Amino acid sequence: MLCQECKEREATVHVTKIINNRKTEMHLCEYCARQRDDFIQIPSFSVNDLIAGLMDFSHSQPAPEKAALAKCAACGMEYSQFKKMGRLGCQKCYEYFGRELGPVLRRIQGSSQHAGKVPRQAGSHLLRKKQLARWKTELKRAVELEAYERAAELRDKIKALEQALDSEGGGKR
Amino acid sequence: MSWINETGPDRDVVMSSRVRIARNIADIPFPSIMQPQHAVQVAEKVRSCLPDLKSGSRFDFMYMRDVPAIERQILVEKHLASQDLMKRYEQSALIMDSREKITVMINEEDHIRMHCILPGFQLNPAWEQMNKVDDIIEQKVEYAYHEQLGYLTCCPTNVGTGMRASVMMHLPALTINKQMNLILQTISKIGLTARGIYGEGSEALGNIYQISNQITLGPSEEDIISNMIIACRQIMEKERIARKAVRKTGGIQFDDAVWRAFGILRNARVLELKEFMAYISQMRMGVSLGLIPGFSLEDVDGLMTAGQPAGVMRKTGRIMEGTELDAARADVIRKAIEELEKSKEKNI
Repeated sequence: MLCQECKEREATVHVTKIINNRKTEMHLCEYCARQRDDFIQIPSFSVNDLIAGLMDFSHSQPAPEKAALAKCAACGMEYSQFKKMGRLGCQKCYEYFGRELGPVLRRIQGSSQHAGKVPRQAGSHLLRKKQLARWKTELKRAVELEAYERAAELRDKIKALEQALDSEGGGKR
Repeated sequence: MSWINETGPDRDVVMSSRVRIARNIADIPFPSIMQPQHAVQVAEKVRSCLPDLKSGSRFDFMYMRDVPAIERQILVEKHLASQDLMKRYEQSALIMDSREKITVMINEEDHIRMHCILPGFQLNPAWEQMNKVDDIIEQKVEYAYHEQLGYLTCCPTNVGTGMRASVMMHLPALTINKQMNLILQTISKIGLTARGIYGEGSEALGNIYQISNQITLGPSEEDIISNMIIACRQIMEKERIARKAVRKTGGIQFDDAVWRAFGILRNARVLELKEFMAYISQMRMGVSLGLIPGFSLEDVDGLMTAGQPAGVMRKTGRIMEGTELDAARADVIRKAIEELEKSKEKNI
């Protein structure tokens, strides 16, 4: 059958519309069908579906019905709603859905520890904590590589910074 | 002038380099569920940074609801804004610099999505410029940030750096040699991905691919950029070798195909988008190898943009589809080539 629109190409898209009991049929080629955005709604494979799938997967053991009831107290986003949209409602969602999101992030991102830019407003405290995390990874690598001199140096640095951060934290509290 | 008419390094293979960063303002619901008053709050907050941004070049702020539909579509096809921003035009806004290199989309998927797009292969400069803009906005706006997770985004796939670096590459010779699948597999191992930017699914119209980083949490911005640079350099070198090989093995047939493509673009009366992109790709490869004297890569890329649906509709000032659009496209391209030839003659 030829496309009824261009009458040139083979019709590969067949659509039946029923509006108010009136039935209309259309036979179009892909090109002409694509030009008409009024009815073509091919659900595409989206990242939302993927996230939803991953969340289901990571929750095969701990009571999924409990997770389904989870809700962000800040914006009211429900876990089930997030699963459908693949979008969070506010920054607090990351805390309220933390347990569910953790494994997903590790699977999508391969990590759950940010090592990039830090907003200056967040202060130097955060920056130093970052530094600490970086040194710790470096220390692990140094030990693996048996670079003990470097490892000892790092260990001392880490110790000093940890103490400094501790005393600051204690002072604030 | 936008990136399209400007020269840039490695322009034979890399059309443009782009860095995008996503940010959200602290304590305001994400665009996914925000109310109109939140949208205004976000837009006005970002707008207040405008005077500080203006030190370097001119920046303009516009609410998308004030921009005509065709103009909105043009912004999308010039890669200055996204379809998503336009879908939310009632609440979205855009800040754009007069050189059309930096844009800040407001209330797209995230509150703030800033892009820097530069001609050719310039990922590092694009990141540096973006970083500067981010620093400026950060002085007045407090971002949603989490010590462990970094910048918080509406979709968890962007959390961390919130950065997506991408490079638009023209890879006709690697496509002809069926190398693209292998390249895709390889780059996915270092957290990168490639997709066709025109066309749907696996087909990449015009053999144009966008390489970008998939992972945003874990590696730092600099790590992501340097990974991208290493991978793209390799792809670039391979494409250049493949082009020379294709030309050598094709001989006169290759030259003939390039000139025929040019001939059709120069004379056709009806040009379907898919067909148009195939010929433009052929012409671009020819120009990169020094065929078709008088035409630069920037000229070809300009033609490519002019032939996209919104480009054609803007020229004619009407919404069109089907054969009418294809005929208008042929007209637009024919006239653009004639004009280019005339201006070249004058210069000689």
